[in-house]
Amino acid sequence: MNVVVCVKQIPDPADPGALDPDTKTLKRDTKLILDESDSYGVEMALQLVDAAGGGEVTLVSMAPNNEVGGIRTALAMGAAKAILVSDDALQGSDALGTAKVLAAAIGRAEGTDLVITGTESTDGYTGTVPQQVAELLGLPSITFANHIEIGDGKAAVHRQTEHGYDECEVPLPAVVSVTAGVVEPRYPSFKGIMAAKSKPVDELGIADLGIDAAQVGWAGAGQEIVEIEPEPEREAGEIVEDEGDAHERIVAFLDELKVL
Amino acid sequence: MAAYPRQPSVHLTEDHEAFRESVRAFVEREIRPHADEWERAGIFPRDLYRQAAKAGLLGLRYDPMWGGSGLDYFATVVLCEELAKCDTLGTAVGLMAQAEFALSVLADEASDSLKATWLEPAIQGELIGAIGVSEPGAGSDVAGLSTRARRDGDDYIISGQKTFITNGTRADFITLAVRTGEPGPRGISLVVFPTATPGFEVGRKLDKLGARASDTGELFFDSCRIPATNVVGVEGSGMRYILSHFAGERLVIAALAVGVMEHLIEMALDYGNERNVFGTPLLGFQTWQHRLAEMATRLEATRQLTYQAADLLNRGDHTGEIAVSMAKSHAADSVKFVAAEVLQLHGGFGQMEESPVPRYYRDVAGFSIGAGTSEIMREIVARALIQTRAAGTKERK
Repeated sequence: MNVVVCVKQIPDPADPGALDPDTKTLKRDTKLILDESDSYGVEMALQLVDAAGGGEVTLVSMAPNNEVGGIRTALAMGAAKAILVSDDALQGSDALGTAKVLAAAIGRAEGTDLVITGTESTDGYTGTVPQQVAELLGLPSITFANHIEIGDGKAAVHRQTEHGYDECEVPLPAVVSVTAGVVEPRYPSFKGIMAAKSKPVDELGIADLGIDAAQVGWAGAGQEIVEIEPEPEREAGEIVEDEGDAHERIVAFLDELKVL
Repeated sequence: MAAYPRQPSVHLTEDHEAFRESVRAFVEREIRPHADEWERAGIFPRDLYRQAAKAGLLGLRYDPMWGGSGLDYFATVVLCEELAKCDTLGTAVGLMAQAEFALSVLADEASDSLKATWLEPAIQGELIGAIGVSEPGAGSDVAGLSTRARRDGDDYIISGQKTFITNGTRADFITLAVRTGEPGPRGISLVVFPTATPGFEVGRKLDKLGARASDTGELFFDSCRIPATNVVGVEGSGMRYILSHFAGERLVIAALAVGVMEHLIEMALDYGNERNVFGTPLLGFQTWQHRLAEMATRLEATRQLTYQAADLLNRGDHTGEIAVSMAKSHAADSVKFVAAEVLQLHGGFGQMEESPVPRYYRDVAGFSIGAGTSEIMREIVARALIQTRAAGTKERK
């Protein structure tokens, strides 16, 4: 059972990020870390390979400056190797451009039975890359999985819905996006951290993948960020003076928010 | 929370920092959210040992053959620095009493059969271990211990009493100091004592000032029969083993103190910036600025002594014992100072149990007692200095 996991390396959300006023995109010149929302996919993949009794987990990532900080974390968790695509021409790539690169890189991994992704990245939040990757690879896909079981060349998947989950089945190979929090990502051990340093990371440019620079980056982006503005200040809350009816007003307020 | 601006150290690699992140995540997800509950309960779940083992935290320095990671003392130091920030120091102490206190001597001196039966499952978190040295009549005076192990054919029959034993109420085995021979240091041996042995009884769970989430017990041994093959290393060498492995315990306490100080100073930076008095944040006043600087300086001084000790212990240098004694006594004084200052900075809020600050104030009180008192630490340092002087004088004559 060979699983490819798409992982994004992002600026540490704990540090205050900044937008570049020229490109209107997030500055990524700091140390990048593994997007936490991808750690669930890595853990899921490791568990599936473990359950299958053989095979390996390959990471696929696209990042500026051959950044491997986040990849190393996933390798330390137990992934066997990684394919990293880094190329100046990729700056400004939109979701589809990113999907083209990831799909081409996934194609480099041999004998892939399953591709796992997160549902959306913590820094970009488009939530469209997994489906685009599946389409570009010509593979079936299931999104929002919170449980995957492999057997008979198929994946039985619980697809999370608002009120529960749908039981779905998909023939392999397939692309499945997993929701955050569905498994408990393991903590990289010191031994794992040391072992990660000697695991292979195949660093590629877009030419290695046969991708035309005009198809990706700013040049190929089908979307444009027209304007950015700061999030509006939070408005002062409403203070309810209790005149014996406060509970009713609070219930009415919650009702209005449709949280009851 | 404002991160403490740690200075780079020549001793710590990228791998140590990656491991620090891993331990930090473990603390944030697996321990800190439960701190209040475990403190109230006076114990933490047994399963935490398994979780810690999965993250590779319980056997850092031990042979990979037994499930360890084969690392050096700096791995232990980083583990302790981060574990200390869990807001329930008793839990940190409970984990380290297993990972370091109960296991290090087994890893170095025990037979392969003992290692397979006790060390390996303990590194995997399946068994809980404790170190049993202190007795009602013998604390710092280890050589005075009186729990007796009488040889009877292929067995020892053990009778006596231990007290203040961390993990004592639920340990599966105890690395136990017993008297197998003559009075004094040469009559002491270490044995692995399975707590399922008939005649063994746990007395009270002791009600402590601090470290309340770690269980501390009184233990009674009434003609307990264990195989003589459970002796660790060579019979009669117990005192030597205890003294040489105290170094690791003392390093653990010093490194925990470093972590506690970082954590408390982070809290002080946050609260001192938020809390206004007379229209100015507390840290806008020079009195607090200078006290903050003093706290950070004592922290860094402790860190340097601790790292120096770890380095010497890694190299097997005989001065490691002196360095670690200095580190531990300095750590205990410094962490108590910092805890008191940060408590004072927090004013009325610092008196409230909903804040971790008063808990740390209580928890660090034992740092000058456990694993060797500060008085004993100073004895070791002074004796070493005086003996060196005496040896030097003799050479010159």
